[in-house]
Formats: sequence, structure tokens, C-alpha cells
Amino acid sequence: MTRPPPRRLTAARLAAWAWQGLVLVGLAAVLIWAARNGAANLRASGLASGFDFLGRAAGFDIAESAIAYSPRDTNAKVFWVGLVNTLRVSALAALLATALGVGFGVALRVKAAAPRAIARGYVELARNIPLPILLLVLYSLLAMAPPPRAAIVLFGLGYVSNRGLYLPRLEWRWGEGTALAGALLALFALAAIWRWAASRRAAWVLTFGWLGFCGLALVLSLSGLERPRPQGFGFVGGGVLSPPLLSLVAALALYSGGYIAEVVRAALGAVAPGQAEAAQALGLSPAQTLRWVTLPQALRVAAPPLASQYLNLVKNASLAIVVGYPDLVALFGGTVLNQTGQAIETLGLILAFYLVVSLTISGLINLWAARQARWAVR
Amino acid sequence: MSRAALWARRLALALGLVLLLVLAAPALRWLVWDATWTGQSRAACDPAGACWAMITARAPQILWGFYPSGHGWRVVLALALLPAGLAPLAVRGRAGLALLTAPLGAVACLALLGGARLLPSVPSAYWGGLSLNLIIGTVCAIFALPLGVLLALARRSGLPVIRLLATAYIETARAAPLIVVLFAAAVLVPLLVPAPLALDKLARAMVAITLFEAAYMAEAVRGGLMAVPQGQREAAQALGLGPMRTLVYVVLPQALRTAAPALVNSFIGLLKDTSLIYVIGVLDLTGVLRNAVSDFAWQGLEPEAYIFVGLTFWLLCFGLSRASAVLERRFQAAPTPIG
Repeated sequence: MTRPPPRRLTAARLAAWAWQGLVLVGLAAVLIWAARNGAANLRASGLASGFDFLGRAAGFDIAESAIAYSPRDTNAKVFWVGLVNTLRVSALAALLATALGVGFGVALRVKAAAPRAIARGYVELARNIPLPILLLVLYSLLAMAPPPRAAIVLFGLGYVSNRGLYLPRLEWRWGEGTALAGALLALFALAAIWRWAASRRAAWVLTFGWLGFCGLALVLSLSGLERPRPQGFGFVGGGVLSPPLLSLVAALALYSGGYIAEVVRAALGAVAPGQAEAAQALGLSPAQTLRWVTLPQALRVAAPPLASQYLNLVKNASLAIVVGYPDLVALFGGTVLNQTGQAIETLGLILAFYLVVSLTISGLINLWAARQARWAVR
Repeated sequence: MSRAALWARRLALALGLVLLLVLAAPALRWLVWDATWTGQSRAACDPAGACWAMITARAPQILWGFYPSGHGWRVVLALALLPAGLAPLAVRGRAGLALLTAPLGAVACLALLGGARLLPSVPSAYWGGLSLNLIIGTVCAIFALPLGVLLALARRSGLPVIRLLATAYIETARAAPLIVVLFAAAVLVPLLVPAPLALDKLARAMVAITLFEAAYMAEAVRGGLMAVPQGQREAAQALGLGPMRTLVYVVLPQALRTAAPALVNSFIGLLKDTSLIYVIGVLDLTGVLRNAVSDFAWQGLEPEAYIFVGLTFWLLCFGLSRASAVLERRFQAAPTPIG
């Protein structure tokens, strides 16, 4: 649409402003009307409003939480528990989905018929079954696993039963938080080395030195491996992935994996074959061709749709309520909403969280696209 | 290809097939060979295989929920009439006929709802089963597409206020998970809207799904609008067409054709999304089967129930995507204007 010529109060410009004013007034009228209705209804049913409920004790227990929680904690703490649970499930599922998607996406482009057919079958199956149904199928199949007494043993290390997946747990000398912080620090340092090292040679030397130091730190901070042991009607020790968590992660990974596979396939197809041929003609090895010619161009095509797949994955993690995993929506939009009756505040906070996630991911991808545009050769 | 390479490929294919059979055979045996197909309770089923007796015993509920028995034909009629009324839109050059066939939509509503002293009225609380998923999917798609086109145009409008509002709406709707939108429709709307306007739960959910999906369709249409070359608009203006005619006769037809694959994907997404509506207590296909497995006679049959739902949706969605691929190929064969 072309803009009208500026700085002349023509009839068309006046009409445009009148229309916009009318829309704004109409919107404001609807909002005020809804707010008055809401206030009247709240008064009639004796419900509170405002964010005071965040400071009150929640009074209910949460089946699994990544951070310490007791029913005496506040509703604000419940929000954090749900948020961390949502992010934990999303991160686990995103890792698995990426592995599945890249594997099957590459398989979709190989010349041999058999792997391509299997990959096509997986993609069509994953993309055409609704996620809630996939989730329910996996959850109900997991419930058919043997009871703890007859659990399937995994290489003498873990157990699969209808109570979930029991795995050995690493014991950290200085706590799990320190270990996580250390791992993050190691990654940041590695990124910094490659960003600011004077030369590639220096970067490699520094990387080897740093990795050696990190390995030593890892060995020192590990104090043991705790294996789960059968006891009574269940297991003690080790770590457990509960059936809701397992089925949620598996369903999200399988579902998103199908979409990511298509993104990978399309991205690999978008690189003109002449590029790889030219690279080979210049004497680059197949590995070098992949690293310096094909992959960078494919990644540039794949990044925006990949980002939207990860965003979808975080949103889809809200289906946790279907299998009873306590994510943000299940805890805040379910339990807290039912206990306090404050629909506007609870749903508003949930919406705010998803808006922040969405804007962050799209902001990051825009930043990345702007960086890429500098190198774009067209 | 050398002879050895050919044989190696055949060997790999054979190995792959054997592997597939070894993996799939137990599943197929459980699903088909050892399965029980009829019976009055779980006790009638062979524990070695799947128990499909529940599906056959509850077939009427699975098809149309608690719609009065003997009136199932009304649901089928409505489901046939809804797409029939829109069919002319898909035919090249005959879109105008849709004005004549549009009343078929009203006939469909009449068949479904009853009333008007012709048919006994059936409130929406009695609707359900697979037909409810299809009704929600069709009706929401019919309303979401024009709304999406309007939103896409508003987002590209020259008026800053309109553009800002449309952008804010689309981004917010796309950031929210559907389940939160459904909760809002179930809990929030009755709080903010007086009783007669708040409709019943099903209608509220349908309005919510329509508004939600319209944002996704708007993005698909916007992609199509951006792909229309500026020269097309300028040529239309040079020919003396006004802004409205340029839009309707030149820009939108091209934009919608470019957006068609993305729009079909949103339709399939919409159909898949209807499977979530049971969380607010509507008895769609999933809801009906959740009811069935909570019945004492069929307890413990969750895997069969959900596998059945999954297969049903898979058939519908896969069929839709194949059909759209065929249509797309036919459209591409048609001559396109030079940009």
C-alpha cells in the first residue's frame, strides 16, 4: 500500500485519521465494557482481584519439581516451579527432536530407497497425528510396562517399569548447582576463546588446554555414581524420569522431530548443486565442502523455520496437563486458578511468560539474520 | 551403476525389509491378527491382541456422540452440506455460484440444531464424537480464513494504528498455546461478558479456536501478499483500477494461490487442534473414548482407545495433505500471470 503524500491535510488523510480514531474508540469502549462486567461479576461472586494471591501459601504439593518446593511455599514459588519444569521438558525434548530431525532429514535426501522410505514413513506418521493423541498413546503404552518387581533391566544400570525410567545418578562433591554453573562457565570460556583468540593456532592450543583443565575439574568434582536398587515395591537411589515426564518428552521429540526433518531436508535441497561442485573443483575435500560451503548455506536457510519449530515445541509443552505433568499451565492455569478463582491474573501471567519466550526467540533470530545479511552473496 | 553396486543396493533393500518385518510383525499381530473385533465387555477379548470390541460396541457414540438415536443422518447431512455450499469457490471462474449455494450452510445448521418446528431441536451438549471434530474444524476454517485475510491486510495497511493493532493481535495469538486460549474461553469469557452473550461452552470454544487460527492464517496470507510483485499493483493502477478493485481482482487472487500450501497446512493444523478440545469437557472423539475407558466394562483399554483416535486423525490429515498436493499440482499446471 502506498502512503499518501506527506504534510498535506487532504480529505483522504483526514478520513484515514478519522477511521483510525473510530477503531481506537471502539476498542476502548469494548475493553471498558468488559472490565466493568468483570468487576461486577467479581463483586457478585465475592472473588478477590489483584496479585495478592502470589504472596499467599499455595497449600498443595507438586508431584515433581526441579527446584526445592513445599506446600508452605507461596503461589509465586509455584510459578517458578512450573516455569522451570516447562523449560526443563522443552530443553530435553528439543535436544532429542534435533537429533531425530537431523538424522531423518539427512535420510530423506540420500539416494538409497530404503532409508528414504523409512524416513518418509516416520515424517508422515509424526506430522499427521495430533500431539495430544500421540502423548496419550505413549502414556498409556508406558502404563503397560511391567511393574517394578518385574522391571526390564537396562545393561545392569537402570530399570524400566510402569513407575518410570530409573537411571544411575552422578554424585557431585559440591552440589548440582555448582556443577551446572561450572559447565556453563566452561562453554562460555570456549566461545570466548574462539571469538577473541589472536590466531586459529592459538585458539586450538587454548582449547586443548582449557578442555584438559575442565576434564580434571570434572573428575575432581565427581564423587560417585549412585545406582537405583530394587527395594520393596519400588526402587531407591538414582534418578527417576516419571511416566508423565518420559511420555511428554518422547511425544514432543517425536512430533517436532518430524517437522525438523522436513526443515533439514528443505535446507539441504536449497543449496544449489553447483556450489558443492565448484568447491570440489577448487580442490576442497568432501568434509571441507560440507563444513565451509554446504552447511553454512543450508543453516542460513534452516535457521528461521528451525527457530519457529523450537518456539512451537515450548508452546506444545503446555500439553503436559494431558498426562498430569506439572508444567506452568497445569500448575498455574489449573491448580492455582481453581483454588483462587483469579482467572484474569493467572492466565495473564501465563500469557506473559509465553510472550516473553516468543519475543526472545524471534528477537534472537532477527539478530542472527541481520548478522547473516552482511555476508549474503546475491 | 556397476553390477556389484546394484547387487549391494538390492541386498541393502532386502535387509531393510526383513528388519522392518521383524520389527513390525509383533505390532501387526497385536493390532490385527490376534485382535478381538466384537464383544460386550473387555472379558470377551483375547488378552494376546488388541480389543477393538469397545470401538465396535460404541460406534454410534464415536461417530456422533449422544445425538438422539435415529437422527444420526442429520449430522451426516450437515457435514456433507457444509463443504458442498463452499465447493464453487474451488472451481476456477465459478466462484460467484457460491452466493447461490451459501444457503446450504443454513440448511446444514438447521439439520444439526433442529427447531423451526421441522425437526426436534438438539442442543450442542448432545453433539459429540468424530463428527463434532469435523464440524468444529469446518466451521472454524470457514470463519478463520476471511478473518485471517482481513488481519493480513490490516498488518500491511498504510494506517499506523490499524497496522499496530493487527501486528499486536497476531503476535500475541501466535505466542499463546491453544490450551491457554481454551482455558480463557472456558473461564475468562463468562467473567467478562454478560450471560446471554457468553454463549454455551462449545460455541465459546469454537469462537476461541477461530480467533486463534485466524492469526496463523493471517501469516500464511501475508506471505502470499508479500510475494505479489509491486509491478502487478502498479499495472492495475495504470489501467485505472481503484485500490479496492486492485486488491480483489489482481492482488488477492495471486496472493491466495501462493499462500495455498501454507493455508492447507493451517487447515490440517486446525483439524489436529480440535483433538484438544476435550480438556474443557467437550465430548469430541477423544472425550467420548475417554468416557468409554472409564466405564467398568472397558477399563484398561487406554492404548486401544488412543491408538484408534490417532489412526483416525492420521487418515484424515494424511488424506487432506495428499489431496491438497494433487490440487496444487493441477493449479501449477494452469497458466500464471507474468509478474
